[in-house]
Order: sequence, then structure tokens, then C-alpha cells
Amino acid sequence: MSILSVENVNKRFGGLQALNDVNLEIEAGTVHAIIGPNGAGKSTLLNCFVGRLEPDTGTVTFDGKSLLGIKPHEINQTGVSRVFQTPEIFGELTLLENVMIPAFAKRDGAFTMNAWGSVAGESDMYQKAMDMLDDVGLAEKSNDIAEQLSRGDKRRLELAMCLVQEPKLLLLDEPTAGMARADTNNTIDLMKRIAERGVTMVVIEHDMHVVFSLADKISVLAQGTVIAEDLPENIKGNPKVQEAYLGGAHL
Amino acid sequence: MKIFEMNKSDAILFLCFSAAILAGPILLTPIGAGYPDLLQKFAIFGIFALGFNILFGLTGYLSFGHAAFLGVGSYTAVWTFKLLSMNPIPAIILATVVGGLFAAAIGFVSLRRSGIYFSILTLAFAQMSYNLAYSVLTPITNGETGLQLAQSDPRVLDAAFGRDYGAVLPSPDFFGISMSGYPGFYFCAIMLIICFFISMRIFRSPFGLMLRAVKSNQNRMNYTGLNTRPYAQAAFVISGMFAGLAGGLMAVTDPLAGAERMQWTASGEIVLMTILGGSGTLLGPVIGAGAIKYFENIFSAFNEGILMNAFSFLPESLQHLAVGITSLFVGEGWHLTLGALFMLIVIFLPGGLMEGFNRIRNRFLKRSGDGSGGTADTVPAAAE
Repeated sequence: MSILSVENVNKRFGGLQALNDVNLEIEAGTVHAIIGPNGAGKSTLLNCFVGRLEPDTGTVTFDGKSLLGIKPHEINQTGVSRVFQTPEIFGELTLLENVMIPAFAKRDGAFTMNAWGSVAGESDMYQKAMDMLDDVGLAEKSNDIAEQLSRGDKRRLELAMCLVQEPKLLLLDEPTAGMARADTNNTIDLMKRIAERGVTMVVIEHDMHVVFSLADKISVLAQGTVIAEDLPENIKGNPKVQEAYLGGAHL
Repeated sequence: MKIFEMNKSDAILFLCFSAAILAGPILLTPIGAGYPDLLQKFAIFGIFALGFNILFGLTGYLSFGHAAFLGVGSYTAVWTFKLLSMNPIPAIILATVVGGLFAAAIGFVSLRRSGIYFSILTLAFAQMSYNLAYSVLTPITNGETGLQLAQSDPRVLDAAFGRDYGAVLPSPDFFGISMSGYPGFYFCAIMLIICFFISMRIFRSPFGLMLRAVKSNQNRMNYTGLNTRPYAQAAFVISGMFAGLAGGLMAVTDPLAGAERMQWTASGEIVLMTILGGSGTLLGPVIGAGAIKYFENIFSAFNEGILMNAFSFLPESLQHLAVGITSLFVGEGWHLTLGALFMLIVIFLPGGLMEGFNRIRNRFLKRSGDGSGGTADTVPAAAE
């Protein structure tokens, strides 16, 4: 069953056709990788899923509901979480607070005037956030200020912030960019564990090692068009993909 | 009771704060601030700063127009005295409500923008209110003269309860206790303590956490399923209510309301108080408000005669030079001192006076706790 379906999406920036009639079906419970050369429109496509950009034409339907014309926070409340290319975290707050905020958002909705309660008294939320931090290996740093983390740790924190919301669909924009090999492998393991829980994931990634160790299905985007969509083992030999990436040389 | 529940360190902080405020007349006498007029100002501006801090300290939205709500609170309180009753309770309730309503309207428009544009919008609204109070709204505000009580005011509630003030100009009284002098201070002090308690609850609440998230990263909030606008709007209204209450208390201790209370310099003053004390901290704004009002009082009272005496140990030519230089910084020129003080604080203690206290405390804790393996709780490092 498809959880996210993208139909005939077009997006133009001035003279540039960033997305050209993109069609995509994301199956529930799978990891779907979107790869493609720089400037292929991968991030633009992701931006159309979370309300950052509005496609010129076409539809984006998640879980039977259209994601177009509603605000980013409303999209998140339907169960879509996103990890950004440069980690978007609450830099001045502690790791624990960083993870508790999304947990509250999930429980209490987009706005709740809970001004008389006490964060310290919310033991359920505290436990949930601590378990999540433990899951991504940051539990010991729970009282550190998020800004002081290394880049890899910031990504892991952002992942924890998304996961604590138990999203139905998790969008990841280059989750391992700029990571050392060991960190990358840790992140792959973490994402495999997430996938096992049945979270649907859409991953944009340049690192083929990551893509081929995670993805159930791969879509290749080039110049705003999906040129191939197949199982990982078939993608490598696809001549169109080789053409787009390497101008014909073997991948 | 559950609604008054708090953890131990907060309870200690709250009790110490209350005790220090209530003992203010005794504690502050040695430094020459133990008289009711100044103490009232400490308490009133403390409330104003606590409210401003909920907006600026937590959400990071820098309003340059908060004096408008102070002024509105004052006008509302004086009108309540005139129309309803000389009892301060209805006056401060209405001042808080009307301050909040004004803030809701101004915040609704201003919060469409952030950063410098937000500041400019609030400044523009406050200056508009100020000019309106001086011109078009003269029937309500009594323009330049300021709104005053009159013997012939209706005071319907007082009349209904058979309270007659006779042939004298009435002054606010709390069931017979006049609201000038020390009773006035204690009335303001209790309000300050209540406001401090509310502010503390907000700081520790999930709502307060969300406000700090607004300051930190609005983008992340949106993609986390949180709507930032109502949070900022709620913070704006709460701070407007605190300002309205402060304005109402000004009218309670001195039943007069003038438009100059809404001028941009007054809005700027509250920004200075909050930053000087330490924005985003619980106690800082109250301390900043106290410090500025104290120095204003001390330095502006100096005149050339006092300075001549102070430098009388110098030879006469040097004495005149010393007096010539220092007199620039006192009396009318005390703002120069304030400016210099403010620059020093912002450059060397960006976290305000609270950061200074924390540094001193840490130094002590480090010295005394060397062998104990560093049990001292961590204090955020200098924001640099």
C-alpha cells in the first residue's frame, strides 16, 4: 500500500524547471532512496512534501490526505517528520529539552497553553525523551547544550527529535553527509533499527554505500525527472542511470 | 495544594525573594533607598520588567513599545477610580485586562514580522499611542495636563456602598488603608511577589519551554508540528498584562496618568533594565529594574554643592576641575552614567548582572568544593 503518492508534480524557479512531471509512490514500511546528481531536484522534491515549497501543479497525497496548501506544522501533525541537510536543532537548549519539545508537540498538538504545569513533573515525557536519547547514543550528554555537539552528534540528536514523535513517514536529507566512516556506519545501523520498527523512510543520499545498505527501492532523479525506479540490485546496471551519473561510464 | 507545588530549590528561591522584598524597607535603608516612594518604584518596575522578560527573555522578540501598555494601564486605573471606586483592586484588575487587550491587538499586527521589523512596528505603535493620547484622545486622556481625579467623579461602586469622601479630593484606599507611603509599597510588593510566582511557573512549564524554543529555532518548531505564532502572541499578551498591572499600580500609588509614561524613552528604559539584570533569567529583570531606579535616584540627586563638598580635600583649582567633570555625570546628566554602566555590562557581562553573580558564586564553589569532586551545579558559560 502506498503511503505517499506524488502525481505529476511540476516546480519552476524562473527559467529553471526544477521538477518536471514527477511521479512517485512510496510504499508503507519501506525505505525509499532518492538519488541523483547535484541539482537534480531532490531537495526541491522533499521541500514539496513538508510545506516548505508549493508545487506549481500536481498533487502530493499522504495517507489519503493532500499535503498541499497546509502549513509545515500541520503536515508534521499528520505524521511526517524531517531531518534536514544542516541539522535544525534548538542550539541554546539542552539535549533533553530538544527531544522533549517534539514529544510535547506530539502529545499536546500545535499549540497548548500549559503555563502552570512543570516540565520537571512530566515524568512520562522525560522517560520517553531519555529512552530516545539512549537509542541514538546520546543519553550521557542529555544535559549538555545542543550547540556544543559535534556535527555527527547534532544529526543524531535531530534524528532523535524526529523519532520521538513516532512518525509514520520520516524524510531524511543526506543524513550522513560530512560524517566520518565510523559515524556513517553507526547511523546506518540506527536507521536499520528504525526501519525494522516499520517506519516508512524517504532518504536522499549521495553516499552509495548508505543507499545500497538501506534502501528497499531506489528512484533516480535527473534534471527534475524520475529517470529510473527499481530495486537496488537492478539500479546499478540501468543504462539511463549510468548515463545521468557518469555520462555512460560504468557505475 | 497541587497548583502551588514546586521543587525544593524553587521554593527556597521564592521564599528568599518574598522575604527580601517584604524586608525591603529595612534592608535598603543602609544604602539610602529605604523610603516608600523609591521602594514603590522598585516594586512597580520589577513587575514591568518581569513581564517584559517573558516576551524578550524567553521568546527573543524585542519590543520597543511596552511603555504603551504601561500608559494604558495607568489611564484605565485612573478611570476606574473616577467611575467605579477608589479601591485599588478593581483598578488593577481592569488595568491588567485592558493592558492585555491592547497587547493582543498590537501583538497581532506586530508579530507578523520578526527581528528588527518587529521592534520597529512596536515602536511605531507605542509612539502612535503616545501621540493619540496627546491629541485626538484628549477627552479620555486629558492631554498634556494628564488625567486626574476630581471631587465630582461619580464613583458608582463607592456611592452604592455608601462611601462618601466629603468635600476633599479622594485618594485610593484599600478598605480604609491609604495607598500612599508604606501601605502603598506593601500593596505593590505583594503584587510583585505574585507576579514573580507566576513568572516562575511559566519559566518551568512546558509553555515556557516552547517560548525558549521560539527564541532558539522557529524553523525547527514549525517542522516539529508546533505553531509558533500563538506562542509568541500569548507571551506578548502576558507581558502586556504585566505592564498594564504596573501602570495600574503607578496610578494606585499616585492617582495621575500622563502621556509621557508612553513615550519611547520609557519603552527603552525597560529594555535596559532587563538586559542590565540579565534577560532570560528569573531574578535578573527585577534586579536590573531596582539597580536603574536606584542609580537614577542617587545620581540625579547630586548637585554641585554636594560635589564641592566631596572634592573639598583637593586644592581649589583641582577641585573645580573634578567637580566640572563629575557634574556631567550626575544630576540632569545621570543618563551619561547609565549609558556608561550599560556599555560596561553589555561588553563584559553579556548575561547581565546575574551572570556576574553566577561567576562570583562559581568561583566560591570551586574554591570550597575542590576535594568533593565538583558537585557544583553547572551554570551556563558566558554567551559569547
